[in-house]
Amino acid sequence: MPLKAPKIAPSARMRLLTGAEAAAHAMRQINPDVVSVYPITPQTPIIQTFAKFVADGETDTEIINVESEHSAMSAAVGAAQAGARTMTATASQGLALMIEIVYIAASMRLPIVMAVGNRALSGPINIHCDHADSMLARDSGMVQILTENAQEAYDLMVMAPRLAEHPEVMLPVLVSQDGFTITHSAEPVSLLPDEEVRRFVGDYRIPYPLLAGEVVTQGPFAMPDYYFEIKAQQVRAMRAAAQVFDELSEAYQACSGRRYQAVEGYRLDDADRALILMGSSAGTAKEVVDELRAKGEKVGLAQVRLFRPFPAAALREMLTGVGAVAVLDRALSFGGTAPLFAEVAAGLFGQTVSLSSQVYGLGGRELFPEQIAAVFHDLESTEGLEQPRFIGLRG
Amino acid sequence: MRELKSSHQLPIGGAVLARSAEPPHTGGWRVGEKPRIQLDSCVNCMLCWIYCPDNAIKIKDEALWGFDYDYCKGCGICQEVCPTGAIKMIAEDLALPPFGRIGGEADAA
Amino acid sequence: MKEIRWHGRGGQGAKTVSRLLAVALLAEGHYVQAFPEYGPERAGAPVQAYDRIDDKPIRLHCAVTHPDLVVMLDAGLLTEVPVTKGLATDGLLLINSAATASQIGERLHFRGRIITVPGDRLAAAAGTRFANVVLLGAASRVLAEPGLETLVQAARDGMGKLSQAAQEASIRAIRSGYAAIDTQRRVYA
Repeated sequence: MPLKAPKIAPSARMRLLTGAEAAAHAMRQINPDVVSVYPITPQTPIIQTFAKFVADGETDTEIINVESEHSAMSAAVGAAQAGARTMTATASQGLALMIEIVYIAASMRLPIVMAVGNRALSGPINIHCDHADSMLARDSGMVQILTENAQEAYDLMVMAPRLAEHPEVMLPVLVSQDGFTITHSAEPVSLLPDEEVRRFVGDYRIPYPLLAGEVVTQGPFAMPDYYFEIKAQQVRAMRAAAQVFDELSEAYQACSGRRYQAVEGYRLDDADRALILMGSSAGTAKEVVDELRAKGEKVGLAQVRLFRPFPAAALREMLTGVGAVAVLDRALSFGGTAPLFAEVAAGLFGQTVSLSSQVYGLGGRELFPEQIAAVFHDLESTEGLEQPRFIGLRG
Repeated sequence: MRELKSSHQLPIGGAVLARSAEPPHTGGWRVGEKPRIQLDSCVNCMLCWIYCPDNAIKIKDEALWGFDYDYCKGCGICQEVCPTGAIKMIAEDLALPPFGRIGGEADAA
Repeated sequence: MKEIRWHGRGGQGAKTVSRLLAVALLAEGHYVQAFPEYGPERAGAPVQAYDRIDDKPIRLHCAVTHPDLVVMLDAGLLTEVPVTKGLATDGLLLINSAATASQIGERLHFRGRIITVPGDRLAAAAGTRFANVVLLGAASRVLAEPGLETLVQAARDGMGKLSQAAQEASIRAIRSGYAAIDTQRRVYA
């Protein structure tokens, strides 16, 4: 069974890496001052690979091993505040345990970068992918990026510190990749040269590091007279993050050749039906779009990478003229609306478009091309579309 | 009354910078009593300085100097820990020499 | 696109060889994906690993359901796992077994092509107890790619943790697996 030769061969610079290894390479090249972590599946290989780089002397990072994710995030807050470029990594229950401190890091405006291998939340206990953990952090004030594959997991991790540390942003940034599907799956990845990454990322600067002489109280108590104003600062920072992300994407393209949009339209021109989704399934769905397009069907998709801040305006623009849209969520909101669907519905408010909410892939349930094709066919008729659907559920 | 700042005027994350912060004069919280020190009985053990929760015990030339009433909240811990009874809480409205110093060199001076 | 499913037991190195194959194929200019299937992890439990190989970048991120090639590292799993599930009739089952291809075919009631390679014996002769590398060599011969030397280089690069002796034994095993396809031709169709 001979193999076909590719038309355009993969770059000789490409290495076979799992998403976890790719993220760890980004961390190695960024060379953060402090990484405080607690291991959890499927994040473990990120931190295991990175710890090896540290042990081999490839970075000067101080790894702080802690006894829980709550402590990992707390140590990260202290380190970032002191004036150290700080990263952490987690998944699922670990992110859940961090959440209390994540809100605090966001409010204290600490540019901590967090790598996440998305994993379902217990219970029942499960180690496989869905986006419930990221969605749990939805309102924490972190910038949230969901990546499609190992290459994106690397690239967006390299971009993350500059986004986090931009003077108008100064927020924690979460860069997630689908657990196992990406964290443990090896694909060709093109890494930038180390010095290129160091140049791109630049030096770590925060306005009032505790170790730099300025006498300052960080994270003070704020009563009704000031709490709201601090929140308003976070609102502005998130708004700025959208703009900064676009600028950074351009800068990153200049050195890597790869461009990442907050929301990427795929074959949406003249499309009458579209999907919106995030994470690794976007890749599978692009294959389906190509297959259906080859049969003359006018279908396309929008892949959301930046979930916070949510690129509602860009999404509205790219979906103009599309008649029916299915939003594929990999998370639930019990008794309410699935999180991505809620964003899309709010963003498209007032537009004449049929929207369908479909939830897939919980706890690592597969999403196959045939199922995605079936969603496109669902959209041919508006009948019953208002009822949320579950893809691949046995009923 | 100080004017409240807008979100644009506040330092990022609500950080309070020493250079622009208004001193929080916690001395205004004292209710009824304030400490005084009888210097003749003081052995400079510095326990009051260690225990004072508000950094209101002043030291000069490695010896206890007295109280900073701008910050003393009147909690009385200094009186509790003083091993010689040199520190006593007294009525707020009684007149005292500066820093609550009584006897010793304070009287001589 | 070609898809490969590796069956083995936890500890037999199915994941390792799926990755070594992908490294070698990438070196020869193919787009690849290599990923294991994770369930409860314990030595001896049946495990699967997969490769995808294509002439264009691979965007699919779902399980392999219709492999073109199934490689079995342990014939003892024949009755435990659905070995031929999704395997097309023009597909190929490559199996570590001293039995003949026709014996295996009858046992499985499988009408597709089967090649047996006495992996355990060849591994032992090469000085290792791991048959995975024998089957890796055989798989690359069946696929006609990667070339043996590319595969050997990938193995050398990927087995840095092993002792020199263990590396050499593994490489001998890869070579003998590769050669076994030419010399045995025990194809059952």
